[in-house]
Amino acid sequence: MDKILEAKHINKYFYKPEKFQVLKDVSLTVGKSEFVSIMGKSGCGKSTLLYILSTMDTDYEGELLLDDQLITGYSRDDLAKLRSEKIGFVFQFHYLLAEFTVLENVMLPAKKLGRKSIAEIEHDAYNKLKLLGIEEQALKLSSRISGGQKQRVAIARALINDPLIIMGDEPTGNLDSKNADNVFNIFQELTHEIGLSLLIVTHDTDFANRTDRIIMMEDGVILP
Amino acid sequence: MKYSVILSISKTHLFSRKKQTIVASLGVTFGIAAYIIMMSFMTGLNGLLDGLILNRTPHIHLYNEENPSEIQPSNRVAEFQDKTIMVRSVKPKQGQQRIHNALPLMSYLKKMPEVKGVTSVVRAQAFYLAGGTRLNASLMGVNIHEEVEHYNLGDYIVDGKATDLSIHENGILLGKGVAKKLSLNVGDLIQLITVSGEIYPLKIVGFYQSGLADIDNIQSYVNLKTAQRLMGESSNYITDINVKLFDMNKAPELAKVLGTNFRLKATDIQTANAQFETGSSVRTMISYTVSIVLLIVAAFGIYNILNMLIYEKMNDIAILKATGFSGRDVRQIFLSQAMLIGLMGGVLGLLIGYGVSVIIDNTPFDTEALPTIKTMPVNYDPMFYFIGVFFALVSTFFAGYFPARKAQKIDPVDIIRGQ
Repeated sequence: MDKILEAKHINKYFYKPEKFQVLKDVSLTVGKSEFVSIMGKSGCGKSTLLYILSTMDTDYEGELLLDDQLITGYSRDDLAKLRSEKIGFVFQFHYLLAEFTVLENVMLPAKKLGRKSIAEIEHDAYNKLKLLGIEEQALKLSSRISGGQKQRVAIARALINDPLIIMGDEPTGNLDSKNADNVFNIFQELTHEIGLSLLIVTHDTDFANRTDRIIMMEDGVILP
Repeated sequence: MKYSVILSISKTHLFSRKKQTIVASLGVTFGIAAYIIMMSFMTGLNGLLDGLILNRTPHIHLYNEENPSEIQPSNRVAEFQDKTIMVRSVKPKQGQQRIHNALPLMSYLKKMPEVKGVTSVVRAQAFYLAGGTRLNASLMGVNIHEEVEHYNLGDYIVDGKATDLSIHENGILLGKGVAKKLSLNVGDLIQLITVSGEIYPLKIVGFYQSGLADIDNIQSYVNLKTAQRLMGESSNYITDINVKLFDMNKAPELAKVLGTNFRLKATDIQTANAQFETGSSVRTMISYTVSIVLLIVAAFGIYNILNMLIYEKMNDIAILKATGFSGRDVRQIFLSQAMLIGLMGGVLGLLIGYGVSVIIDNTPFDTEALPTIKTMPVNYDPMFYFIGVFFALVSTFFAGYFPARKAQKIDPVDIIRGQ
């Protein structure tokens, strides 16, 4: 199986209020079209790990490989470019830019990447919204749609640049069970149909049990 | 491509909070408008005052001055050299008022490369005659076309036309004060009696008003020939030579050379009108200081608003960074908002500044001192408008730069984890 994401011996310290090791020699891999969930108690370091894997946090020891490419030590601007090309994000709370329409929210990362013309991007964005069943909301302001719809828009946005992997920090944590179920089904379809890899941090045992693999964490280490 | 994305984001930010944007822009608008109005009006006024004195004053004025001799005959006696010499009741040396060899001197001056124009003047003393009364008259015999060209004499003729003087050989441009005293109108005849007692009737072709009552009550302009005739002199009799240079700043140096070479008294414009230069530069400095203060205040307003905006937009910044926008992109988003505010406010400020300038320009401004000025003076130098926009952009750039750099440095992980 191809490796999309590989972390080798990651160590991470917090310095405030005092020096504290959050992650202790963490290594993991995520394969192509694999649906992986990370579980653990609050404070076990799972979110911290996710932000390191997502390249947003660069303050760690160890090596990180994305698509067989060592990306540890890249500058923040280079990492931003890499993120827009290869990684999609879905968060628990931080959905969308409230002042933009749904369509604009979905289009923005692609516009930033600038690989395609505006017309193509718009076409793609409609396709992604259709995939998630919310294309009729496209022209509404993103602050005017429901929470479940917002999360689906966020997924559409994560998909717009056809990333290799989507990472989520409790993407269903803020949704009722019906919407959470809905989001799970969307994720599963994506892995099967597009061959996307997924790495999701969650508290929801039901959600995690339906994924391909569960990584359990405790006190900064991965439990075997 | 990339910039259009950044611009569209900052436009959305600006338009979705119109009130804040308008308030921030108005700060710039008032700053720029005040700058334009102050500079236009101040420099207009400066130009007017400079014109009032400097344009009318020759750059170098050559004439003969009657002075007592520096070296008295007793100074030349060798045996008195180490003695104290006292001479009482020293009289000025007997000399002539006319400039010796004036015509060759003038043609020499005209050939000098620095010289723009040379005009000759004959000063003549006489009396205005009205029945039994005699009023003092100081006559300036001039070549009227040259005076109009170089010293704007035409601006000070309130009735009639200056150049009419050249049509009527025995014409006179009468001082307004004299005309009032003698109840005379343009077209009337006035009689002058010379120092030697001869009477000359002259035809009034216009009234001259300098704004200084003392001058208007005495001074009149006549043709060069008329003045020479009144004095009973020939056509080479000239009492003053006025020189206008291309570059006014060369006047002191040249005046010195001419004065020594031709043994004439030579006064340069800087010496004659030193206080005007000082006045102008102080006024300009004041207007710049006030404008800069206004712009700094406006810039602080923008700084505050952008700072607030960035705190409100922490979430957006985190999302943008998470979805692939780099810190530089985020900085440009906020910087471009500041610049857009500056540009909008600045352009509006220019328009308002121009509008108010036009209103000032049409405000009646009647003063005895300036017969040809009917409205407030305004200088529409496009330079002020360029500087205005430039100032607006520079000040908003700096006002936006620091908040934008703060936005650049925001760590998205902190924000996302914080909730």
